[in-house]
Amino acid sequence: MIRTAVILGMGGLGCPAALLLCEEASAAELPLHLVLVDDDRVEASNLSRQILYRDGDRGGLKVDVAARRLAPFGPLVEIESRPVRFDPSTSAQLLRTADVVLDGTDAFETRFAVNDACCAAGIALVHGAVLGWTGQILTVLPRRGSCLRCLFEGPPPPGALPACSEAGVASPLCGVIGAAMAAEAMRVLTGLPARAAGRLLVWEGATGRRREIPVRPDPVCAACGAPARAERHP
Amino acid sequence: MPVTVKIPAPLRPLTQGQAEVALENAPTVKAAVEELSRRYPGLRERLLDDKGALRRYVNIFRNDEDIRHGKMLDTSLSAEDKLTIVPAIAGG
Repeated sequence: MIRTAVILGMGGLGCPAALLLCEEASAAELPLHLVLVDDDRVEASNLSRQILYRDGDRGGLKVDVAARRLAPFGPLVEIESRPVRFDPSTSAQLLRTADVVLDGTDAFETRFAVNDACCAAGIALVHGAVLGWTGQILTVLPRRGSCLRCLFEGPPPPGALPACSEAGVASPLCGVIGAAMAAEAMRVLTGLPARAAGRLLVWEGATGRRREIPVRPDPVCAACGAPARAERHP
Repeated sequence: MPVTVKIPAPLRPLTQGQAEVALENAPTVKAAVEELSRRYPGLRERLLDDKGALRRYVNIFRNDEDIRHGKMLDTSLSAEDKLTIVPAIAGG
């Protein structure tokens, strides 16, 4: 049976996650429908960490360039390019057939919206994020554990926390976190236990240290708690 | 033995690059935050809102325990406890 993975954001995390998900699906002979979602175009500043793009790709849509680079994986991996932005108007259509969503977007508001949409639709979510030399991953299995809003109640206002443009992003760490996201998505797709479900895995790239922080379900979580479920299914 | 506070990378510019800070005389999480804020100006505003409550996009763990599931800032601390500050990050 073909499984569908949706990657939101084809940047520093989405590129390695897509590449390794294709590698793993091919190796495991898992028929995969991989949906790439991003409305950005390749810029020179992307090239150091967004590993599917080359200098000559500048100006092209990221999802189209990525789809071309991933095409050689052959008939088991079907790539679909969606040059749109994830927002309330596109959410339902983008997630309609998803078995797992990998979130590599770069805005706080979007990340909480993705979490909420996946919780509402009952879709597994692999959340990955990087800033400077710190990276983290959390897997959300709706109705079976905690979600991003159980850990943080909501996004910060603009400017309250450093953004990538201020703190930068270490290119090697994108590979580490993107690879971890791909591995976690494969576990979800093949029915293996998710390693980051119910716990935030944090990498400190500058020191090589890794920490695990348990994330308990919040009974009154606005996305996955009892009141939210009751509102969706009164 | 002091309480150890792990400072996340996004907040280290405020702690002169320190990844860990040792605090004596911090009987509660609130006392620990106040002492950190005294040593490192600007940190309080990142952690607490105008009413002195923990900001919604920051979390603090005592050892592996989320203080939101306990007594929040009134969570008590003992010698050798480890506090971990975890802010939301969104880079991709």
